[in-house]
Amino acid sequence: MAYLEVRGLRKSYGTRSGPTAVLGGVDLTLEEGELAAVVGYSGSGKTTLVSLIAGLIAPDRGEILLEGVPVTGPGPERGVVFQQYSLLPWLSVRGNVALAVDAVNSGLPASERRRITDEFIALVNLTPAAWKRPRQLSGGMRQRVAVARGLAMRPKLLLMDEPFSAVDALTRATLQDELLRIWGERRSTVMLITNDVDEAILLADRIYPMTPGPDAVLGPAIEVGLPRPRQRRHMSLEPAYQKARQALVEFLRAARTAR
Amino acid sequence: MRIDISQQVILPLLGAACVLVIWSIVSVSVAPDLPSPGRTWRESQRYVLEPFFKDGEMNQGIGRLAFYSLVRVGKGFALALAIGTPIGFLLGLSRRFHQSFDPIVQFMRPISPLAWLPLGLVIFQKSEPAAIFTIALCAMWPTVINTAVGVRSISPDYLNVGRVLKLSRFKTLTRIVIPATLPYVFTGYRLSLGLAWLVIVAAEMLTGTPGVGGFLWQEYNSLVYSHIILSVITIGAIGFVLDRLMGLVEARVRID
Ligand SMILES: Nc1ncnc2c1ncn2[C@@H]1O[C@H](COP(=O)(O)OP(=O)(O)OP(=O)(O)O)[C@@H](O)[C@H]1O
Ligand SMILES: [Mg+2]
Repeated sequence: MAYLEVRGLRKSYGTRSGPTAVLGGVDLTLEEGELAAVVGYSGSGKTTLVSLIAGLIAPDRGEILLEGVPVTGPGPERGVVFQQYSLLPWLSVRGNVALAVDAVNSGLPASERRRITDEFIALVNLTPAAWKRPRQLSGGMRQRVAVARGLAMRPKLLLMDEPFSAVDALTRATLQDELLRIWGERRSTVMLITNDVDEAILLADRIYPMTPGPDAVLGPAIEVGLPRPRQRRHMSLEPAYQKARQALVEFLRAARTAR
Repeated sequence: MRIDISQQVILPLLGAACVLVIWSIVSVSVAPDLPSPGRTWRESQRYVLEPFFKDGEMNQGIGRLAFYSLVRVGKGFALALAIGTPIGFLLGLSRRFHQSFDPIVQFMRPISPLAWLPLGLVIFQKSEPAAIFTIALCAMWPTVINTAVGVRSISPDYLNVGRVLKLSRFKTLTRIVIPATLPYVFTGYRLSLGLAWLVIVAAEMLTGTPGVGGFLWQEYNSLVYSHIILSVITIGAIGFVLDRLMGLVEARVRID
């Protein structure tokens, strides 16, 4: 049995104009220490999938098992980096990260929790901004705080919902490199949601393409055969990169025209 | 800079001058009993220039009278917040509580202070607690309603953060719900203070307690009409200052 098993996940939202079927039977597996990506068009149901695995909403059908244990509700062992950051505006960078650290380490003494908080802030290079409020930060910095908060939960599985989509291309590259470095150091299990094919190939071991909704499903996993540690430079020239990219783009294009 | 001065100083002064002119015209034409601005000033001079003199229970400088009223309003306002804030949070947090008590709140909200005061007198047998009871009862509704609306408009994103972290009910309340609601709560407080100040005049008039409102009513009965105008201006000025002060507090807790 895989570390994370998602089987036959269905979800529809009841709206005024009748129910809209968003997910129509999603299957997915993730191994421990793996970074997997889910790539799909906007509106296909990626955030819905994240919310389901996080336990924030309940599926209509199907099941989610983490280490063989069914998911029945939210919990810090499935950390989330939300698409719209969701930083608490009344807390400083420190306060936002500390909230997570304190929540999962309630047994530790305060000094130890403070040390851990500082460690995660330093990890995303935000030590100089630690006392700033979210509104005083740039988009890229906010995104870093959200990542630090997600990591600070020390989750078994970190769900990252389009973590870099709201920042400019240059910042995005920096953040991707940062994530690559952090993940290389810690090897946590990450499910990365993105709408950027190149981002997925750069970062992930395995990529699940998502068909556009309604009734979205995931296509067969595409293995990225690139060795680690990865460097952004020259990577697009490698045959393994080209192969993964072609498979991914072709699947997504075919899925769109099939609708 | 020049535009600033003309807009923030000259124009308001122009508006005030207009009112003075109209007041003068009315006092010489249609309402001969209404004291003119000049006469009002002559007869009120002592109350303003020696604001803290005291000749008797009801004949005191305007500063002293205002102080009595402010203390009374302060007590009523504090009581309104102490009762209104928790009720507001309960209304916002609990569906059951909302279903049980929201109709009562909507029912009691429009009741005038004039209706509550006699009831307060019946309950407390004394004018001072009756006045404070009335102020609190009339002033608490904006706090109740704004707090409840604030709780219910907390972004689900913030609550989801708490859910993922599995915060306890108490921690969710203190770390997420209360900070997220605070701006609404303080808007409620500002409106409540305005109402409390509005009610004080009626409460003092009916109970005859010393204060700006009590003074106003007494001077009406003793036919010293210029002092009515003095009281009215004092009430307006204090109300304005209170609102500005609460506005400053409100701006401090605003998040964005
Ligand atoms: N709470 C909801 N109620 C009703 N419909 C919803 C709700 N949440 C999402 N939807 C609908 O479900 C579909 C999928 O939404 P979702 O947010 O999962 O997409 P997404 O893949 O994350 O998109 P994006 O890339 O733009 O973030 C959309 O058509 C959306 O309108
Ligand atoms: Mg989304």
